[in-house]
Amino acid sequence: MSVERYTRTAVLLHWLVALLVLGLFPLGLYMADLPLSPTKLKLYSYHKWAGVTVFALALLRLLWRLRHAPPPLPASQPAWQRRAAHAGHLLLYGFMFAVPLSGWLMSSAYGFTTVWFGVLPLPDLLDKNEALGDALKLVHRYLNYAFMALVAGHILAAFKHQWIDRDGTLDRMSWVKQESSC
Amino acid sequence: MLKRSIVVLVLSLCAPFVSAAEYGLLVPERSRIAFTSKQMGVPVEGEFKRYKVDVSFDPQRPETGRARIEVEVDSIDAGSKDANDEVRSKGWFDVKRFPVAAFVAEAGSVRALGGNRFEARGKMSIKGRTRDVVVPFTYGTEGTEAVLEGSIPILRTQYGIGEGAWSDTSVVADEVPVRFRLVLKPR
Ligand code: HEM
Repeated sequence: MSVERYTRTAVLLHWLVALLVLGLFPLGLYMADLPLSPTKLKLYSYHKWAGVTVFALALLRLLWRLRHAPPPLPASQPAWQRRAAHAGHLLLYGFMFAVPLSGWLMSSAYGFTTVWFGVLPLPDLLDKNEALGDALKLVHRYLNYAFMALVAGHILAAFKHQWIDRDGTLDRMSWVKQESSC
Repeated sequence: MLKRSIVVLVLSLCAPFVSAAEYGLLVPERSRIAFTSKQMGVPVEGEFKRYKVDVSFDPQRPETGRARIEVEVDSIDAGSKDANDEVRSKGWFDVKRFPVAAFVAEAGSVRALGGNRFEARGKMSIKGRTRDVVVPFTYGTEGTEAVLEGSIPILRTQYGIGEGAWSDTSVVADEVPVRFRLVLKPR
């Protein structure tokens, strides 16, 4: 049986965002504990650039998603699983926006304009206010912890479909055309 | 005759206000010494909160102008908590050893550039190092007060501000122009 799959555009965007987010988690955790140094300033900038890129790609994904409904989940899946999958995906979209947005607002509140790739200044949505910056730092941190947990669940679910259910779910999101063997 | 002498009297009374006076008393509340550093392409605002100014300026006779601005380096606000701790350290301003930075322009060092624009040639000393600088500024008035605004060009590495790894100017730009706005009352 050959599976119905996501569009190539959706697949490309999915894996680009996955790559960036899986890199941003450890980068964020690592850089935040460094003592102030030129390296730290560089890493913060790369982190911000990549994070804003996630935000932009998430916007593209959402717009694409609204016009290109994904192939329906196999009817063999229990209804609760399908509902859980939808809810999980909806939440993932929420985090793809909320996490970079909280980072951007934090920087703004600390008085640091975010300049995308050192070239394109983003508007500062907040006036400088250090106490607010401290609060948003915590918001960014705890949103990230929740995002990490959700992404971990997402990945575990994909593995379960691949290796336990063997229902070709991962093929729906893969770039190379494969015949699933079920 | 009477009419004319009244006119003369009125004119001479007004004279100190109309014709330029020599300005020199700082109005600190409305004055400011600030700077913009650039970190990874991001402009970051900072300022010096405490400084002493001994300036004398007469727009009609700029050649008599002179200036001595002494900045208390420890009053720096570099824009963030981290930066404020860092810039006081040895590799940056080393404030313990070098508490004062000064700009000095002797009498005769100011010249008019036309219109309301002027230029002062002086010496900038930071962290025990002295460099010649040319400082363009403008002259304006607010009520009876003079407003001098300009910018002192500073290349931080010339003064050893940010040594070692921090001398990498692709992270923190070399140019850190220091802007001033000095509001002065007539002496
Ligand atoms: C999907 C996008 C993003 C992810 C996954 C992400 C992830 C993280 C993580 C895991 C941390 C460490 C949190 C901690 O231990 O406190 C962090 C810190 C940070 N993030 Fe992000 N981030 C993203 C986007 C952004 C954006 C867009 C900005 C700013 C424009 C930003 C600015 C920061 C800053 C400044 C810190 C350091 C906070 C500190 O000093 O402790 N992040 N990020």
